[in-house]
Amino acid sequence: MSAADKQDAPQSALARFFDSDLWWSFTHSPVVMLAALVTVVIIFSAVFAPWVAPYNPFDLAQLDLMDSLKPPAWLEGGDPRYLLGTDDQGRDIFSTILYGARISLLVGFLSVIVAMLIGVTVGLIAGYAGGLTDTILMRIADIQLTFPAILIALLVDGVMRGLLPGSHENLAIFVLVLAIALSSWVQYARTVRSSTLVERTREYVQAAQVIGLPAPLILVRHILPNVLGPVLVIATIQLALAIIIEATLSFLGVGVPPTSPSLGTLIRIGNDYLFSGEWWITVFPGLGLIILVLAVNLLGDWLRDALNPKLR
Amino acid sequence: MTEAQDTPALLDIRGLKVEFPSRRGVLVAARDVDLSLQAGEILGVVGESGAGKSTIAYAIMGLIEPPGRMAAGEIRLKGERIDGLPREKMRKIRGKRIGMIFQDPLTSLDPLQTVEAQLVETMRTHLPISESEARARAVELLGQVGIPNPAERVKNYPHQFSGGMRQRVVIALAISCEPEVLLADEPTTALDVSIQAQILDLLRKLVRDKGMGMIIITHDMGVIAEVTDRVAVMYRSRMVETGPSEKILTHPDHPYSRSLIAAVPPADHRIERFPLVEYIEKAGDEQAKLDLSTHWLGQARDFGSHEETLLKVEDLTMRFMTRPSLIPSRRRYMTAVDHVSFAIRNGEVFGLVGESGSGKSTVARLICGIHKPLSGRIHFAGEELTAFTSRRAANHLRRQMQMIFQDPYSSLNPRMKVRDIVAEPIRFHKLASSNAQVRRIVSDLLDHVGLGASAALRYPHEFSGGQRQRISIARALATRPRFLICDEPTSALDVSIQAQILNLLKDLQEELGLTMLFISHDLPVIRQMCDRVGVMQHGKLLEVAETESLFTSPRTDYTRHLLKLMPRMKRAA
Amino acid sequence: MLFFIARRLAQSILVMLTVALIAFTLFQYVGDPINNMVDQDTTLAERERLRQELGLNDPPPVQFWHFVQRVSHGDFGVSYRLKKPVAGLIAERFPATMELSLISAILALGIGIPMGVYTALHRDRLPARLFMTLSLVGISLPTFLIGIFLILLFGVQLRWLPTFGRGEVVHIGWWSTGLLTKSGLQSLLMPAFTLAVFQMTLIVRLVRAEMLEVLRTDYIKFARARGLKTRAIHFGHALKNTLVPVITIIGLQVGSIIAFAIITESVFQWPGMGLLFIQAISEVDIPVMAAYLLLIALVFVIINLIVDILYFVIDPRLRVNK
Repeated sequence: MSAADKQDAPQSALARFFDSDLWWSFTHSPVVMLAALVTVVIIFSAVFAPWVAPYNPFDLAQLDLMDSLKPPAWLEGGDPRYLLGTDDQGRDIFSTILYGARISLLVGFLSVIVAMLIGVTVGLIAGYAGGLTDTILMRIADIQLTFPAILIALLVDGVMRGLLPGSHENLAIFVLVLAIALSSWVQYARTVRSSTLVERTREYVQAAQVIGLPAPLILVRHILPNVLGPVLVIATIQLALAIIIEATLSFLGVGVPPTSPSLGTLIRIGNDYLFSGEWWITVFPGLGLIILVLAVNLLGDWLRDALNPKLR
Repeated sequence: MTEAQDTPALLDIRGLKVEFPSRRGVLVAARDVDLSLQAGEILGVVGESGAGKSTIAYAIMGLIEPPGRMAAGEIRLKGERIDGLPREKMRKIRGKRIGMIFQDPLTSLDPLQTVEAQLVETMRTHLPISESEARARAVELLGQVGIPNPAERVKNYPHQFSGGMRQRVVIALAISCEPEVLLADEPTTALDVSIQAQILDLLRKLVRDKGMGMIIITHDMGVIAEVTDRVAVMYRSRMVETGPSEKILTHPDHPYSRSLIAAVPPADHRIERFPLVEYIEKAGDEQAKLDLSTHWLGQARDFGSHEETLLKVEDLTMRFMTRPSLIPSRRRYMTAVDHVSFAIRNGEVFGLVGESGSGKSTVARLICGIHKPLSGRIHFAGEELTAFTSRRAANHLRRQMQMIFQDPYSSLNPRMKVRDIVAEPIRFHKLASSNAQVRRIVSDLLDHVGLGASAALRYPHEFSGGQRQRISIARALATRPRFLICDEPTSALDVSIQAQILNLLKDLQEELGLTMLFISHDLPVIRQMCDRVGVMQHGKLLEVAETESLFTSPRTDYTRHLLKLMPRMKRAA
Repeated sequence: MLFFIARRLAQSILVMLTVALIAFTLFQYVGDPINNMVDQDTTLAERERLRQELGLNDPPPVQFWHFVQRVSHGDFGVSYRLKKPVAGLIAERFPATMELSLISAILALGIGIPMGVYTALHRDRLPARLFMTLSLVGISLPTFLIGIFLILLFGVQLRWLPTFGRGEVVHIGWWSTGLLTKSGLQSLLMPAFTLAVFQMTLIVRLVRAEMLEVLRTDYIKFARARGLKTRAIHFGHALKNTLVPVITIIGLQVGSIIAFAIITESVFQWPGMGLLFIQAISEVDIPVMAAYLLLIALVFVIINLIVDILYFVIDPRLRVNK
């Protein structure tokens, strides 16, 4: 509404947030609130896994092979000490899930940040510079976009293996982050570029040019804040996707090593026991993965609709 | 209804109320609207943006978008109630008995179907005719709305028509089933002046020939004066006055109508100031006269030179690439500015007038350095701007020229507070010594443009269009410029707000001794603001003349043509 | 028209050359090709002779040119791991991947597009909301997990369907098909569904978003104001306009099904190219990786060409000049 309705003092940033449509749509959607809660709980228990988890599955002193392959506590033969059962080495499934989620989230967040940095920079430059720079950058993006992220990630991972044969184990997580980031920066670049193209023609940018501001300052101070909305949405959706890609790569055996397993690695390990009846080794990490990704996706979906009301 | 009528009106609306519920409460878009329309009559509904004009048309068509709804009232077509009809019945009325024309012809037609297919489909939906009959009638209709070569053009797709021609196609579609009522929602707003006049002529002719009744919804008093028999004035969702156009335009009863009409710039003479329109919005308080010898805006006004000519443009040419390609020979260009030369004297207001695409805005952007010219020279304050190789070297000159833009909704960065918007040029050009001083200057400036210092802490979206334009002006003044470029500064504003902004610009120009380049497509506005005027068409500057002599004795055919199209309203003495 | 196609073809060739360059770079700089071809006791002189023979001492542009020539004749070299010509390995596995991908694409498009249209047209109805919720679950399910859960349910618990391999295949020329035998069809069921789910949910959401966008345009409002029938507006005007932008992306989606087959093939031990590629990656078997990459690129380029031509047929703004 216009200023005529609000001649009172300007609102503080916090008050403005609680009055915003974003907050309103959040508090009016129980599903989204639940998703947020689940996400927060998972992130919290993953980050604080050493304190939250009942066991440290990687402390060999705590392992007892006598406890291996126990079914979940409520089934016949289950052990109340191990809520979701144990795997072939007697590790508590619940604890491995918490530690695994830690790796999955770490790789997810890092790769989203790296991809965002690359993509936003390329998008801003291509959109603002236009001309040949734009054509070249976007052609590269187009060509890459024709290949699915998973393939690019596999390829980067394969190349890294070839280049660093010995040290791959130690660097696995960073290779994985790089592979996922390189496979997903295009999304950011394209969105930022198209928003930049729109913003560039807006008169506030021309006003900044008339004042005499140099291009980098205009990009950072004027255009960047105005193109970040969609980036936030993509980042959320990409976080879910990065977690899936990480899990997939680890499942395929080219991701993180089994010494520090992520959710995907756990599922891969469990997959070997599927046919002998020890389904819980696969199913519980799988469910954990699905719940995490679903919660993040719900948040992303809500964020997209809330920031772009006409899309509802 | 107690009053007895022999023949019911063609369209009769009583007590219409339309609401849009939202989480912040129910927004009433129109209330207590009473209207009636006779056959063969053209009724205008006039009002400023957000007054609820279009809502009436959508209510009549039964096309209010949910969650909006018609909350009260009744709508009768020839005495028979049509509001609240079942969907299928209402669908059979739309297009068949009531036709509607939309504002933007560029987006009103399905891009994937030929004009013929769209016409045939519409007719065959409502009329019992065969495919071949419909095709024949489609050609006939295109002829009626003045499209040359109808038999050939009917096979074309919408993108093959120009804007004006597309609006004719839209009209042909709307009248294809011979409706009794035609609703036209801002039918000429998106079009150029010369096209506007043709479309209005066409609509008037069709209404007379076919004995339709037409409601034309517009914000433009010129359109009202041109075609309507009766007019209804809307203000803040209410209908404040209805009557014969002649009477409302000359002797309006309601204070709002009076101030609205007073705000329309007269085309036939120059006035000192626009009468204040206090009824409409709390107008900017009249600012106290400045003492330039003490005020910040007056400091450092000694720019060193007081030459006769402040800005000289020589042989300026600029082209845009319309088809980029790596191969130079495959590139296509559009010459936007074609060998333009003129000079602006110190302290005068120089106008540039022309239709859209004439290149007038490009000239402004070349002068202030947003675009680079292909050839030609620009001299400012005795130095050649085009000779500087880097922006930085020309910064001391750039500081002296500022620009006010057309669209108040996009000319302010939505993520910055007003204080930072206005302070940015001060900080960048280091015009103040401390943060406290910057803050003081900003509140001074905001005060001076009639906003009050409390505006500083808000964001642009909290302000109306007119207020935003004031912020824009404050920002432009913040570098203490001597030359101000105004690119259609009021064309996105309602007429009453336009009057306020033009008054403000006049005052500032006088007080600060500013030199101005004033760009507009609106001749009456030009007449009120400018000392001398240049007329542009297709990138060329056709003539330059003193404003009064341009209006009284134009030298080129094109200028005469523009003057002829200029809407003239009869006014009370 | 001809010019349009010619330009697209030129672009496609550019894309293929770029991918070839990447593949070539892999050969050049990842691992030593000689090391992979000889054993420990080959002498240095012999290695040098081999290098000379293979042209590995030529300047890189010349080598690249030779590489492009060889590749365009279908010569991808010899697999480091299996010591067999790569072209033969690929040809053997090509039909398996193509059949799987084709059936999945048909499933994804055949269910995805109608569901997208339905959810856009009736977005407040219960089934539409249900579909949208399901599609969100769909994009949150990693493909390999769908496969595992299906195997667990239908393979291990219910024992209805085979859990790995292609079943019995019939050879028609060099092509081997599983579509003609009962066990082949049974084996195809779970992998095809697994592969289709993700793409299907993406297509539902894409079609819905685009269609909602189109339904808000002025020309749809104007069509309503002309009293056209709802069916005609939805299917005559809105759907066709929705398809224009959707076709491009759907083309890409269909293409990526082939690449996504990697995961499905790995879960179901499906003897296709994806499985070959995964094994190549863990062993850094560069010739197989390069060949697979080039083949996938070729498939994408062909799909893109088809999409462009379709686009051209549908959209008069491209076809008819002013």
